[in-house]
Amino acid sequence: MRLGQGGLIDRDAPVSFRFDGHVYSGFRGDTLASALMANGIRVVGRSFKYHRPRGIFSAGSEEPNALVTLGRGAGQEPNARATMVEIHEGLEARAQNCWPSAQWDVMEVNDLFAPFLGAGFYYKTFMWPKKFWEKVYEPAIRRAAGMGSLSGEHNGDLYEKAYAHCDLLVIGAGPAGLMAALVAAEAGADVILADEDALPGGRLNGERMEVGGQSAQGWAAETVARLEAMPNVRVMRRTTVTGVYDQGSFGAVERVGGHLDRRPEGLPLECFWRIAAKRAVLAAGAIERPVAFGRNDRPGVMLASAVRTYVNRYGVAPGRRVAVFGNNDDAHRTAADLLAAGVHVAALIDARPEARCDLSVPFYPGAVVSSVSGRMGVEAVRVETGAGTQRIGADCLAVSGGWNPNVHLTCHLNGRPVWDDGIASFVPAAGAVPGLIPAGAAKGIFATSGCLADGARAAGEALQALGIATGTVEMPEAEDAAYSLRPVWHVPGKGRAWLDLQNDVTVKDVKAAAQENFRSVEHMKRFTTQGMAPDQGKTSNIAALAVLADATGRGIPQTGTTTYRPPYSPVAIAAMGAGAQGAGFAPQRKTTSHAASVAMGAPMIEAGLWYRPSYFPAPGEETWRQSCDREVGWVRNAVGVSDVSTLGKIDIQGPDAGAFLDFVYTGTFSTLKPGRVRYGMMLREDGHVMDDGTTACLAPDHYLMTTTTAAAGLVMRHLEFVAQVLKPEYDVQMVSVTEQWAQFAVAGPKSRELLDGLLDAPLEPAAWPFMACGDVSVMGVAARLFRISFSGEHAYEIAVPARYGESLFRELVARAEGLGGGAYGMEALNVMRLEKGLLTHAELHGRTTGFDLGMTGMMSSKKDYIGRAAATREGLLDSERERLVGLKPVGAVKQLTAGAHLFAEDAEPVRENDEGYVTSVGYSPTLGHFIALGFLKGGPDRYGERVRFVDHLRGIDTICEVCPPCFFDPEGERVRG
Amino acid sequence: MAELVATSPAKGLLPVTIGGLTLSEPAHAMMTGISPHTGEVAQASALLKQATGCDLPAPNRLTRSGDAMALWTGRNRWMLIGAPAPEGLAETAALTDQSDAWVAVTIEGPGAALVLARLCPLDLRDTAFPEGTATRSEIFHMQAIIARTGPASFLVLTFRSMAGTLVHDLTTAARAVAARAEV
Repeated sequence: MRLGQGGLIDRDAPVSFRFDGHVYSGFRGDTLASALMANGIRVVGRSFKYHRPRGIFSAGSEEPNALVTLGRGAGQEPNARATMVEIHEGLEARAQNCWPSAQWDVMEVNDLFAPFLGAGFYYKTFMWPKKFWEKVYEPAIRRAAGMGSLSGEHNGDLYEKAYAHCDLLVIGAGPAGLMAALVAAEAGADVILADEDALPGGRLNGERMEVGGQSAQGWAAETVARLEAMPNVRVMRRTTVTGVYDQGSFGAVERVGGHLDRRPEGLPLECFWRIAAKRAVLAAGAIERPVAFGRNDRPGVMLASAVRTYVNRYGVAPGRRVAVFGNNDDAHRTAADLLAAGVHVAALIDARPEARCDLSVPFYPGAVVSSVSGRMGVEAVRVETGAGTQRIGADCLAVSGGWNPNVHLTCHLNGRPVWDDGIASFVPAAGAVPGLIPAGAAKGIFATSGCLADGARAAGEALQALGIATGTVEMPEAEDAAYSLRPVWHVPGKGRAWLDLQNDVTVKDVKAAAQENFRSVEHMKRFTTQGMAPDQGKTSNIAALAVLADATGRGIPQTGTTTYRPPYSPVAIAAMGAGAQGAGFAPQRKTTSHAASVAMGAPMIEAGLWYRPSYFPAPGEETWRQSCDREVGWVRNAVGVSDVSTLGKIDIQGPDAGAFLDFVYTGTFSTLKPGRVRYGMMLREDGHVMDDGTTACLAPDHYLMTTTTAAAGLVMRHLEFVAQVLKPEYDVQMVSVTEQWAQFAVAGPKSRELLDGLLDAPLEPAAWPFMACGDVSVMGVAARLFRISFSGEHAYEIAVPARYGESLFRELVARAEGLGGGAYGMEALNVMRLEKGLLTHAELHGRTTGFDLGMTGMMSSKKDYIGRAAATREGLLDSERERLVGLKPVGAVKQLTAGAHLFAEDAEPVRENDEGYVTSVGYSPTLGHFIALGFLKGGPDRYGERVRFVDHLRGIDTICEVCPPCFFDPEGERVRG
Repeated sequence: MAELVATSPAKGLLPVTIGGLTLSEPAHAMMTGISPHTGEVAQASALLKQATGCDLPAPNRLTRSGDAMALWTGRNRWMLIGAPAPEGLAETAALTDQSDAWVAVTIEGPGAALVLARLCPLDLRDTAFPEGTATRSEIFHMQAIIARTGPASFLVLTFRSMAGTLVHDLTTAARAVAARAEV
């Protein structure tokens, strides 16, 4: 019921919204919870397991009951806490875990079976048969129990991530946080003040009290405005600091656009911040704790502080006849605020026998509430006094069992909170997080004046550590009431007594855990699910472990808490992964010929981060194989052009460059003459092959190394390691020039003819033998030419500065087409290298050695190089190792597939008989049948033998003949021709 | 005879203006990687200073003189932008032509640092990253060279092949920053 006046809502700004399909109206400044309350809605959802009706329990992020799903369709957001959702035009929310509605829920039948469904029921009942676990039991249970769900569709909503840096991060903008921020900011520190609420102020906004001679609400607003006007302060509203990480870094999630009537284009819903702070003040406040008694989950049972917040901040009464039950003075404060707002107070029940009351309300000192009655909401309260039991009519019961400091963040680096008998709660351990200073209620100081003073103190401590002089900031006057309470955790009574409302865990469940010998608090948590799910037990943890302590005969400090882990409150995965959906997952590297290739219709395939053309379809071709076969034919018979810019290029210079190359390659490069290229292989320290490629000597002491596309980054890192760590005495410099050059293979019998027409001076055959390199000029542009070949044909690679890449590619393709050839893609490139038995990372997969690959001839015995010693280990030179061979089908041409395994011809194709595997396969149009490369036990010793080729996954079983890996022109006449 | 046509890395993508912020591709400039040989840093720096007015700056710094700018880009590594490498420098340092290896984007206008803060973990506050700072860091998933060239202007360089992703990431962040200003 909306009160006639009061609150921080704008009564001139009505806002309409939808809940469970009905349209309601609230005011600007309302949360969904306060607006529903103002509209008299009591049941806002159904409970996790038993589908019991549940109402609004709190007024903050600790809310266990009022979880709703926002929006519809792909971007629907489950488990939003109605207490944190600001109402706005267009807001659409739905109750969860109920059908057809929260008011009438078919699955409420679950509650009838509650005696059978207690903690441990699932573990014991759904054990047999095992194959039912995932297929039958889990889906069925998930349908019956649970919370909201995602749509399962791709969500196009925008989220973002960002970084922020500051001298001091103040977490929480209640009295302690505001004061800390103010003191630090006035001293000149760079301050970030983060608060999860839309309206900073913390408890000050929910209380009826004076601070600094004005209303607490007014003082908070004025202080926030003062801070926001300072250039060195960033006030981050709607921002929850969710995690503490090493070295003063914090994770925080900011609600950016979801609360707006109209979201400007490009505005994200949420932003996940990573904040680096030199110091931090934890002013996260405290959360009030309930008391467990019979049916204390009924709608209308609420935290007393929340009742005050609804009355004082939102101008709404949670009930018409409110009973208040507590074990500390906040119960009295609640009754007083209700009276001041004109709400009838049915009873004030104080567990402390010595308590006094000067309010004109029915007062029951030394009494407790043992249960409530009413199904869809509280109707009456059963009070146990020293003189007997009384039933008091009430539609709302405000409960205060004391306060638990928000120690959560102080535990993220493995800190454990310590028990404070004075407040019967845990407080942060000193120095739990280096540089993080707890202050105010988060530290167990509950009086407003104490919080203000402690915030200032914490800021002073931070400033001192930062070396910034503290100025003087006037300390506002505020209430200074002592905190006196009598611990009450559980009152036995009629009906189940609930501890964890979010997970439907009762006092009985926790006792059952102890009986089953799950006595450790961590075991109790897993057995009962207490403290799991979105709220992580914010309102239930301490009471649950108090019950556990009692059941196991230990004290609370000995029982201890479960481990607090980030995030403090739920963070959408979409926020943490912002920007990385779809193509944003990784940068796209595009060659200079990309646009031209796409325009030619080439499907692009990923090669690491690069995109390369798969093939270039010609009119009339219906399959990639047709295109590939044609392109191979072009290169074998005329000339083809292919972009090979993606291969890594590393410029290596210096007086020790030759010696350096000798050390990283198995072969010798210091003897390479300028103008010549040599093929090399490099090993890892463990003797296995890391990469292969060519290195050209451009000039004395100046080399250009080429790596494979896949290993470009790896090799660069390796070389840096060798230069910095293994050979720091070498004077050698290396820089990646991969991106400087656009490089194209021009391959085929007509490649020289093509180049002669293109280059500013024709090639002198004697000056350009196989493996020559040098500078040339192409259409007036200085270029580099390498006579190297990955196709087995007479071929060149020509490199120009990348700005000319696109233009040169078009020119090369046009000229190749004029000579009866054209562009070829990765498929054709792969087929031709297979025909030649040349290697890629399909074969250099990290578990093969030079010996396995038949390249021992390239491993120098005259010098040291990385991996030499390890490569000569006995086991790595065993002729029975799986070694590289070629494979060709026997008989009619059959499909071969990579990934198949090899067996003796007459052997059963089972794991025990496995003799090797197939790494690369292609159809050779040149030979007219499939060819393959693979690794076979005994490898080259078995040329001519027949082996069984089995692909269990694709159902292929055939016979192949073992042959040398080079299928075409083994003498290399074409490449030298 | 036909000519080879030069294409800039971000051709067709820039400039764009979002809110008060402009993303643009600077005119193509000569870029040279400089890695002095052992013991030759001082000599190389002196040669460079004499020829261009820029010396080899300390780590995380850049030096400028006229159109020339020398940026620290890593261990024993600098980049000279906007001037040819002087005669004789090749005697003391390994030089590589880097003119075509990078895409450069200038981010200019109020909120430039806020845009970068969405993509880059660096502390970009005026006190920590003043004009004249140049360093290696990352732009979202890409390694980058980032320099502050003015009170509200930054120069960002990533690999040329990533131009499309760089412009996409920067414009997405810039739109988010501009949209916040509307709220």
